[in-house]
Amino acid sequence: MTAVQTQPMATPSPVPGGKPMGKGIGLTDSAVTRLQRLLAERQTPEAGLRIAVKGGGCSGLAYHMEWAEKARERDKVFEREGVRVFIDPKSYLYLMGTELVFEDGLLASGFKLQNPNEKSACGCGDSFSV
Amino acid sequence: MKGFLQIHDPLKPRGSVVGIDLGTTNSLVAAMINGKPECLVADEGGSKLLPSVVHYAANGSVIVGRHAFDVLPEYPTDTIKSVKRFMGKSLGDLETKKLGAYKFVSGKGVVRFDVAGGQPVTPIEVSGEILRQLKRRAESHFAGKVEQAVITVPAYFDDAQRQATKDAGRLAGLEVLRLLNEPTAAALAYGLDKGVQGLYAVFDLGGGTFDISILELVDGVFQVKSVGGDSSLGGDDFDRAIAHQVLDARGITAPNVQQVASLLQLARAAKERLTDAAQTELVFEGVPFPLSRADFNAWIQPLLLKTGSSVRRALKDAGVTTADVKGVVLVGGSTRVPAVRDYVAELFGQPALADIDPDQVVAYGAAIQADLLTNEDRKDEVLLLDVIPLSLGLETMGGITEKLIERNSAIPTAQGQLFTTFQDGQTGMDIHVVQGERELVADNRSLARFRLSGIPPMAAGMGRVQVTFRVDADGILSVAAKEETTGITQQITVKPTHGLTDEEIEQMLLDSIDHAEDDMQRRLLAEQRVEAERLLIDGAKQLFENGDLLSREERAALEKEFVRLERLRKIETNHEALKAAITEIDTLARPFVERIMDRAIGQAAVGQRVEDF
Repeated sequence: MTAVQTQPMATPSPVPGGKPMGKGIGLTDSAVTRLQRLLAERQTPEAGLRIAVKGGGCSGLAYHMEWAEKARERDKVFEREGVRVFIDPKSYLYLMGTELVFEDGLLASGFKLQNPNEKSACGCGDSFSV
Repeated sequence: MKGFLQIHDPLKPRGSVVGIDLGTTNSLVAAMINGKPECLVADEGGSKLLPSVVHYAANGSVIVGRHAFDVLPEYPTDTIKSVKRFMGKSLGDLETKKLGAYKFVSGKGVVRFDVAGGQPVTPIEVSGEILRQLKRRAESHFAGKVEQAVITVPAYFDDAQRQATKDAGRLAGLEVLRLLNEPTAAALAYGLDKGVQGLYAVFDLGGGTFDISILELVDGVFQVKSVGGDSSLGGDDFDRAIAHQVLDARGITAPNVQQVASLLQLARAAKERLTDAAQTELVFEGVPFPLSRADFNAWIQPLLLKTGSSVRRALKDAGVTTADVKGVVLVGGSTRVPAVRDYVAELFGQPALADIDPDQVVAYGAAIQADLLTNEDRKDEVLLLDVIPLSLGLETMGGITEKLIERNSAIPTAQGQLFTTFQDGQTGMDIHVVQGERELVADNRSLARFRLSGIPPMAAGMGRVQVTFRVDADGILSVAAKEETTGITQQITVKPTHGLTDEEIEQMLLDSIDHAEDDMQRRLLAEQRVEAERLLIDGAKQLFENGDLLSREERAALEKEFVRLERLRKIETNHEALKAAITEIDTLARPFVERIMDRAIGQAAVGQRVEDF
């Protein structure tokens, strides 16, 4: 484990600077199961998933997800059943209360972020606006 | 992955790599997971087998797999199956017409299917849909990008078929890292590359095709020694054998289409039950038909014997016997039939390797190879070699084939040869690329033609053109011609407009053996005719330029001989007689040639200043 503080999922967490923040980040059961499997297949059970919000994309902002070997210094870290999610403080502003879900469809399956802050989203799945 | 978020992997910026078995009946996608190959879910219901069937609906949507297979009876012309058999083929190829009830778009070149919902589609596009579906499924699995793949092809696929497969990969958004021969993939899956050096046989009996390949492992590298098989023999024939027995027993002489379809389905299920059970029963139209494994074995015996003769032929082609074979690998669902396993064991005098699911083994090998090619740490470990099935060469004067790359050469390979101009002032050279074993171009297969022009006018034999044949690891041929003095270069990549079946390749080989002696005589004759022509051209030129060096009698004698040679060149069929006539003129003309040489040296000396000596 790294020295980064680990917080339980979906609970309010202090932000550097002391201002209270909203809800945390949720992961559905199927998302946890899938992430556990992907991490095991990647042979990096210690790694985590970084979720970030970046400028750009068709609707102004875009989600970005990538594997990260460890958390950065100011990251917010959430953990559920050994699966860790890293979010940088700035992205967290847009992601509060978001839930990561894994959908198993007939033709394809994959991850989606259900973000209550989203005002509109683009069909591409990556891009949204608040 | 539309609508879904991908997880990017900084360690794998280009996404995950997969191995794909693009099969005639079913296709699979596999990847290395925790260091082991694993087939990924490829179709609905968690199935790892994706039926290689593509349905084009009237609304423009495209359906691939089981669902497409299910609608095949309803939409026979809008649903393409066994598209692999059409890859790299043109409508002119006889075999293509026998396959399915498709509506073809008439015209030259590649086959195009007229389907519902839009433009006609080519086999490459249909295969591209299958590959796209496999890519999408793999991306679902990894929740990430998949952009690179190794795709397997039959060992006998020619340049056109391989290129078509690569193009299909590109259409699907995949970078094809390598086309891997199916038998080689199976051998890799069993890790034979890490085993004892020597010969291995891969026995691949699928639903509708049978392939036998003899591979040789040398220094961790597989080479295909020979290939053989039967493109219309497989497990479907086993089903038919059972169906015939049922029809005979019931006295049905003219079954209708529905009866045949339902009976074949029942026969297939009974066949599968007999893999484990010694006895089973098939109920057709309410009437039970009992059958034992012994019965079934007897019915398929003639089919097994057919595979046996293909195996023996392949061994003979490779110049080996069963005693030389260190291991046998089973591929294809039909090798689950116990009688097949027993027969193969008997044939080779050893039990075959069958631990890996015979449907998945080729995809495993492709995944292992894909991993090797992209894993920097292991890149140097394995280099896979394949061979070209037919010799590659070009046409020289007189319609003679000059082979540059011999058949069974390991690829990648490159060969170069220097050619000269035939006539004075010749400014162009036609490069005609041919494939085959015969001595004369007319008996071989033409692959491509191009012209190297811009050769500066020179005396015959002075222009020097270096021709290089290069076959890359995927079996794609590129031919380059370079004129040495000016450096002008012309190049061509051969994508022949139509392909060859393994039977045709076999036939070409057999023909070359049958005609070996005759061919050689014809080649020698053609060579002497070219020689005679060269002599006549040169003779006429010398008589014109230096005729004054001859006495009237000498000149008349020589001219008479030229006329005789001109006539002989056309009618003489014995190359030795023609050669004798050429030698005769050579002897007769020697004093003349000497006088010409003296004059030339004299002129050269006159033309120089003393200081230059």
